[in-house]
Amino acid sequence: MTVYCLVELDAGTVADASLRALTMARGLASARGADVAAVVFGEAASVPVAELAAYGVMNAYAVAVDGYAPQAWARAIAELPNLAGSLGEGASSWVKTDTGLAVLTHDHEGEAGPAVLAAGTDHGNEVLAHVGAIAGLPVAANCVAAAPAPGGGLELVRQRWAGLLLEDAVLDAPVALLTVATDAVAAVPADSPGPVTVHEVKPELSAGDLVVRAEEAPAAAGGASLATARVVVGGGRGVGSADGFAPLEELASLLGGVVGVSRVVTSEGWRPHAQQVGQTGTKITPDLYLACGISGAIQHIAGCAGARHIVAINTDPAAPMMARADYALIGDLHQVLPALIEALRAR
Amino acid sequence: MEILVCVKRVPTVGGAITLTADGQAVDTRMSGFTISPHEECAVEEAVRLVDRHGGSVTVVTLGPVEAEEQLRFCLSLGASKAVLLEACGAGEFGPIATASALASVAESGAFDLVLLGNEASDTGDYQVGIRLAHLLRQPVATGIKALSVAFDGVSGSVEAVSVEAAREYRGVSETFQLPLPAVVTVKEGINLPRYPSLPGRLRAKRASIERIPVQFAPEGLRMRTLRVPVAGQHTATVLGHGVDAVPDLVRVLGELGVLS
Ligand SMILES: Cc1cc2nc3c(=O)[nH]c(=O)nc-3n(C[C@H](O)[C@H](O)[C@H](O)COP(=O)(O)OP(=O)(O)OC[C@H]3O[C@@H](n4cnc5c(N)ncnc54)[C@H](O)[C@@H]3O)c2cc1C
Ligand SMILES: Nc1ncnc2c1ncn2[C@@H]1O[C@H](COP(=O)(O)O)[C@@H](O)[C@H]1O
Repeated sequence: MTVYCLVELDAGTVADASLRALTMARGLASARGADVAAVVFGEAASVPVAELAAYGVMNAYAVAVDGYAPQAWARAIAELPNLAGSLGEGASSWVKTDTGLAVLTHDHEGEAGPAVLAAGTDHGNEVLAHVGAIAGLPVAANCVAAAPAPGGGLELVRQRWAGLLLEDAVLDAPVALLTVATDAVAAVPADSPGPVTVHEVKPELSAGDLVVRAEEAPAAAGGASLATARVVVGGGRGVGSADGFAPLEELASLLGGVVGVSRVVTSEGWRPHAQQVGQTGTKITPDLYLACGISGAIQHIAGCAGARHIVAINTDPAAPMMARADYALIGDLHQVLPALIEALRAR
Repeated sequence: MEILVCVKRVPTVGGAITLTADGQAVDTRMSGFTISPHEECAVEEAVRLVDRHGGSVTVVTLGPVEAEEQLRFCLSLGASKAVLLEACGAGEFGPIATASALASVAESGAFDLVLLGNEASDTGDYQVGIRLAHLLRQPVATGIKALSVAFDGVSGSVEAVSVEAAREYRGVSETFQLPLPAVVTVKEGINLPRYPSLPGRLRAKRASIERIPVQFAPEGLRMRTLRVPVAGQHTATVLGHGVDAVPDLVRVLGELGVLS
């Protein structure tokens, strides 16, 4: 049965997190002898067909919903032609126990049903949670691996504690709903891309599905977003003050990146929380994370473990971030950063 | 405004997470318990809204009897009522059963707003708030970092009618308008939570907590074991000390392909 994947677009191309989700979707599909279908919200003309083909997609559903409305997106997915039977409202039955608790039951004979995947982004997790709530089915958030289990269902590995722990789990449901960790699965194109057929879908939505919809505006900070930046210059307590961030900003703009910070920095009020990297901030997946004056607490690592390369600058050679990094420079960031900026400008 | 806040008792995690020998749980012999920073912010937001607009804050948790500790902590921050959904039976409650149990409490009072964390620290399921909203047939917004309430003063009594809830996603600010009653999940950063005051702590110590037993029910997603991910064998290359190492650093940045 088909493995569907919600594909988010970033300035017209497939978002990095969705490429990772597509990679897992393809792995799961080939293990089950199934095909991959992409679900894209937008006009048929906006579907990035070549990119989807490169990731092994055979069918793409272009769903016409105006803007971001999570419940409407979920409803549209639940009512895709081949999913409606197994995902529509009331597809599974609830049993009231004597304690008043609703328990899910369904009968399936061990055959593999369809699956719906999405990236473990704010949108992906949100939309799939709505699908799960509409259909009364479980959702496994932030998976890093999925494979058919002997006897039906899926064997999963998913992140807990923002990735500090992994959970081995079994998912037993008529439709498997999962999101894919944004920092743990690599995006790998398919060996043999084929043609993609695009289907236009106009979902029937109730007024209730559209009550909650996003009014969108460019974010105040304006710049590139932390979650998708290719270079992040990180600053921690070692930066010392709000003013101390000037060289980090300058370096970030020289490298075409953005500034990210530790929780100490946001709770001191030096920088807005939107720039926090970590368990309760943003997860980043840059090519380079340049961590300056950050000790590398476990909750900070939860946010930057997906960086391809880490360079740490710290006065303390024993700071955990220095061991975690690929390259470590022992020194005072207040001296090193101006010298680095000067050297880069002189190139 | 009547506000319900849902919080979860989780282990306090410091430098590293260790597991019990059977791999079924986080080893808490050496650690305490807490609620997630998102949920602390949810309590703070509720208390601020009630300070400003009147009403009261109720906190609820589904957990073991020991979770009274977390409820009392929330009472010390300014919540006035607490409900413990006492988890009976062995097994970890999943998000479907959790939302269903929380819904029974949410339905029992006339709450204008239910606040939760965006995700729990431990399981990170990212869904209890949304499931709860569907059970209550109320609108829901998640991951919210700014919240304000609009009132309707026309009918004589000033009534909260809607909330404006905002967050950022990939460099775009998203604002949602939700008619009340509604469910909102919040993230750290929406406010800076206060510390409990001494009178608050004394009040919390004396408060009575309502207890409702809830039976465990298994779900379609079942944990087998937990494990700590193995970090690949790895040693950092030390580039040297201070400004003398800057030329090497520039060379490394070039090798990593980040210099255009
Ligand atoms: C539930 C929970 C969630 C959390 N979530 C997050 C999160 O999302 N993100 C996060 O970051 N933290 C989070 N934390 C906090 C985390 O535990 C740490 O407290 C925090 O990351 C430390 O920030 P820091 O590295 O800037 O500060 P510190 O730990 O104080 O480290 C400062 C570092 O700067 C170095 N330094 C000092 N001066 C200089 C200088 N002049 N030049 C170079 N180096 C210098 C020091 O040697 C030290 O290594 C969370 C904590 C909890 C309990
Ligand atoms: N056992 C629980 N008791 C009360 N609230 C909970 C419980 N589990 C989850 N929640 C709430 O739901 C939010 C999201 O949890 P989750 O969907 O499990 O990641 C948490 O931040 C809490 O506010």
